[in-house]
Amino acid sequence: MACFIVPAAEAIVTTIAAKVLKKHEVSQKISHSGSHDEIIEKTSFSRKLGWLNNLLWGGSALLALEHVWHGEVVPWFPFLTAAGDPESKAEMLHEMSTVGVTMALLVTAVWAGMVIVSSVLEKKAAKLKLAANKK
Amino acid sequence: MTLLITVFAAIISTIVWYKHAPNDDMHVGTLSLIYWGASLMWTVDAVFEYAELKEEFFHPAAQDMLNDLFLGLTVVALGLIIWLIKLLIKDPKGVVKGALLSKKN
Repeated sequence: MACFIVPAAEAIVTTIAAKVLKKHEVSQKISHSGSHDEIIEKTSFSRKLGWLNNLLWGGSALLALEHVWHGEVVPWFPFLTAAGDPESKAEMLHEMSTVGVTMALLVTAVWAGMVIVSSVLEKKAAKLKLAANKK
Repeated sequence: MTLLITVFAAIISTIVWYKHAPNDDMHVGTLSLIYWGASLMWTVDAVFEYAELKEEFFHPAAQDMLNDLFLGLTVVALGLIIWLIKLLIKDPKGVVKGALLSKKN
C-alpha cells in the first residue's frame, strides 16, 4: 500500500548524513611525510553511505512505480488511495510498520554487511602493502 | 515474477560492474545497487505475501503473471532511465559538456 515510504524516509536521512559527512571529510587535512608507497587509500564513510543511499533510493523508486501500477499511488492529493478512508488508512499504517520497517532494516543490514566486508578487505590490503614495503 | 526479473537485472548489472572493476566510469555500480535495493524490498514483500497465502503464493493466475511480467520489464526500464539520467548529469567522459561547448562555439 505504501511500504516504500519507510525506506524512502530513511533515504532522506542518510542522504543528508552523507552530505554533512562529505563536507566534514573534505575539511579535514591529511599530512604525510613518508613515501607515496606508504599511503594506503581507504574508502571514505560518506562514500559507503552513498551505497546505502543508492540501495534505498533505487528500491523506493522502483517500488513506488509498482504502487502507481496497482493504483495505490495517484498524482493528486492525498496521493495514497488508502489514505481516503479510515479503515484502509489503518491497514496502510499497519503495512508500513511491518513490511516497510522490515524492508528498511533488511537493506540497512545488507549495507552493514557490505561495509564490514570492505573494511576487512581494506585492512588485509593495508597489512599486505606494509609487509611488502618492509621487504 | 517482478522480483525474479529485478533479481536477474541486479545479477547482470553486478557482473558487468565486476568485469570492469575497479574502473566504474559508467556508474554501473549505481545501477546494480538500484536493482539490489528493489530486489531486497520485494523479497520482504514476497515473504509477507507467502506468510499470508501459503502454497497459493506459488500458483499465481496466468493473467497475474502476465501483468507482473510487464511490471517487471517496466521496473527494469525505470532503473535504466534513473541510471542514464545520473550518467548524463555526472558526465564522466565529458561528452555532454563537450557537445554543449562545441555548439556554443
